[in-house]
Amino acid sequence: MPLKLLNNVFFQSIFLMSLLVVVGIFIPNWLVFVITKAIAYGLVGLGIITLMRGGLVSFGQGFVFGIGGYTAGLLGTQAGLTDAVLLLFISFIFTGFVGLIIAPLLARYRDIFFAMLSLAFSMVLYGILIKIDAIGGSDGFVLPESTYFGIKPSKEYADYILYVVSVIMTGIVSILLRYYYDSTPGLIALAVRENELRVEYLGSSAFNVTVLNFTIAAGLGGMGGALNGIALGHIDPEFTYWTTSGEFVFISILAGYLSVPAVFLAALLLELVRSFSGRYFPDTWQLILGVFLILSIIFIPSGIGSFFKQLFDKLKNK
Amino acid sequence: MIDEFLTIFLDGAIYASWLFIVALGLTFVFGVLKILNIAHGGIYALGAYSTATLVPIFYSLGMPDQLVIVTMLISALAVAIVITPIMERGILRRFYGQDEVLIVLVTYAIYLVLEDVQKIIWGMNSLYVSEPRELLGALEFGSLYYVGYDLALIGLAIFCGLFLWLVLNKTKSGKIVLAVIHNPEISGCMGVNINKVYLAAFFVGAFLAALAGSFTAPLISVQVGISVAVVIESFAVVIIGGLGSIPGAVIGALIIGMARAACVHKLPEAEIFIMYFCMAGMLIFRPKGLFQGAQARKI
Amino acid sequence: MSDKSNLLRAEGINKSFGAVIAAKDININIQKGERVSLIGSNGAGKTTFMNMVTGYLKPDTGNIFFKGENITPLNPRIITQKGISRSFQIPQIFEPMSAWENLLVALGTSKKNHSYFRNARSKENSDYIDEILSRFSLNEFAHRQVSELPGGVRKLLDIAMALVRKPDILLLDEPTSGVGAEEKYPLMDTIAKALSVENLTVIFVEHDMDIVQNYSERVIAFYQGEIIADGNCDNVLNDKNVQEFVTGKTQVKAK
Repeated sequence: MPLKLLNNVFFQSIFLMSLLVVVGIFIPNWLVFVITKAIAYGLVGLGIITLMRGGLVSFGQGFVFGIGGYTAGLLGTQAGLTDAVLLLFISFIFTGFVGLIIAPLLARYRDIFFAMLSLAFSMVLYGILIKIDAIGGSDGFVLPESTYFGIKPSKEYADYILYVVSVIMTGIVSILLRYYYDSTPGLIALAVRENELRVEYLGSSAFNVTVLNFTIAAGLGGMGGALNGIALGHIDPEFTYWTTSGEFVFISILAGYLSVPAVFLAALLLELVRSFSGRYFPDTWQLILGVFLILSIIFIPSGIGSFFKQLFDKLKNK
Repeated sequence: MIDEFLTIFLDGAIYASWLFIVALGLTFVFGVLKILNIAHGGIYALGAYSTATLVPIFYSLGMPDQLVIVTMLISALAVAIVITPIMERGILRRFYGQDEVLIVLVTYAIYLVLEDVQKIIWGMNSLYVSEPRELLGALEFGSLYYVGYDLALIGLAIFCGLFLWLVLNKTKSGKIVLAVIHNPEISGCMGVNINKVYLAAFFVGAFLAALAGSFTAPLISVQVGISVAVVIESFAVVIIGGLGSIPGAVIGALIIGMARAACVHKLPEAEIFIMYFCMAGMLIFRPKGLFQGAQARKI
Repeated sequence: MSDKSNLLRAEGINKSFGAVIAAKDININIQKGERVSLIGSNGAGKTTFMNMVTGYLKPDTGNIFFKGENITPLNPRIITQKGISRSFQIPQIFEPMSAWENLLVALGTSKKNHSYFRNARSKENSDYIDEILSRFSLNEFAHRQVSELPGGVRKLLDIAMALVRKPDILLLDEPTSGVGAEEKYPLMDTIAKALSVENLTVIFVEHDMDIVQNYSERVIAFYQGEIIADGNCDNVLNDKNVQEFVTGKTQVKAK
């Protein structure tokens, strides 16, 4: 019985979430901030691995990241909505909806063509955003400080509270996704990845699978963008730029598509490398990031997730 | 009216020529190695930097002015000679046959590295080498005034495209490359040294990128960040034309060059995203680009 | 006009690929429960016919009716949902998964109301898959990755996947090709045993005339896109044209 409980996704997630919430009290503020940003990036990465399970990689998740960020930002500045939980939720739903609308257009494409078309979408949005002066053009704009259920936390606790909110919301999303991955439709997505023709000949639609996965990925990307915007207190067109999208792809490749926690670990690794090299080697952080990317692809080509899985299987067999 | 049309046409053609040289290398490398190389933009920037470094040295030696072109060629060649073994032999070779997207990510990492390498070697300052641009004087078309050097770029682009096309289709080595493009496994079994072909193809691609950078250097201020735009623009060209197709790169470059020039003159607000617009539009209506037919799968 | 017993009816099918004629005025009626084999040399139009029935290719002219409904414009997915399944000459299976998981996917696609939050590996699914596996004598391979399995087993799995949906018609594209000579007959026996489900109509493409003779009641012979003979097994195999164009002079090759 206890072992069975340990294998339960629900239990594991609650445990991990509680652990993170408690750990957050004891770690320095800058690390809390870094983890919050890693969660934001991880959410987008989670979207990409959902697509990856269906055999696709989007090189333009900056598109949904930006839409989510701007949604949260504009609701804050224009509509006076500052509740972080609500902003994250609305960004999730709204961006998911945008994803659902453009998904049928993208779902016909595969491989590099899907990647490039998604990239084109994100760059069109970038081009538009930097031209709209009303929302700050290429400088972006500042978000109002967030509130939580009507209360505005004092400055010293603001980061921690946002961190807790993001841990909980991400935890819920992760549990739901795990259930989806393990369900029959989730399994069919994996089959689409391997052999679309056969899936069609079994009577299922690869197109529908892709539309669903893209919509989920969009929602997650939007939520990630909103969280990133709220955490930074600022949003600009860089959110949609192709280099940002490249980082998301890296997170998901580094994580692999097997494990949900691996995505957040990969995102945290990226954030840590970025903040350390940014702090100690401010002029060459891209070089360090690039070398880190190359080395991790060379040494763990199938991702942290499969590395975990092998380790876990070994332990189980003992 | 005619003047405006001519301006758009010539601006577009000049822009397209530059774009074509970059995209030609990109599409050729994709055709042979099946790698969509993001770092191509980084190599372009290195070409520009190396010209910006070597040309002043050339002038300080007091040689005949016309030979500056040779210096620019040498600087492009030097970049290709240095970068090819590092990138192709050192890194990319490990990933052949793996997922296309994974390799794109690897080249993205190399791109990041190259960005900082430029900063480390040349610093944050802008470099200027406008002298070669005065070499060919200027031409007047009615009320229009064009620098001869800019127009000569059109000739350079035509030369590069024709030369590569002729080498591929009319020489024995070219035919070998075409065979490898068609089917690397079978070519390998027939005794073709695939590794050598890959190395050579990557070298040609890198040289074309550096060449474009080298000949663009006199037109711009060479500074950090010049590669970013190149990456996306040359991607747009090859996506429009069809990955791996030389005629496709011609058409792609012309479409984007003309569309962009038209925007600059008629609708400046749209300039920045017109090419993404072209790219998205093309992908929606002809997903594999203009010059790639749909391949039916045999079951 | 459409007799109820005509499960599948092809009317005046023509199809060409450039100059190559793959189907020339094909008319076929297939009754419920029939075992039909399609014979003919390579390029005679057998596989093209299968591809047209399943919607992968569209005929240039003519129509195909299934249970009286015109299915010509439909795509493979819808046709599969209506009750025509197929296997492939080269097994189309999901390589990194186990045989068991392959069948789980097949089962998942066949369920009308699939839940997004219920684990696919439920007891109910699991029992059903085990049953199919034993029907095809595949139990020992259940949890091995299919890319490592021998050719005959892959063929069986490919057919088992097509059968999960409980189709009315099963099309088998060269079920014994790519398998060693000594394995052919045991393989075909296993297939025949597994397919002995009530009312299942089976149409298969086959080159081995012994197998054709032993496992089908009706034979349709193709030559250059045309049907040159259609009827009961002995009649067709003894037909002069069939002997000349399809089977060679001698009727049945010695084993």
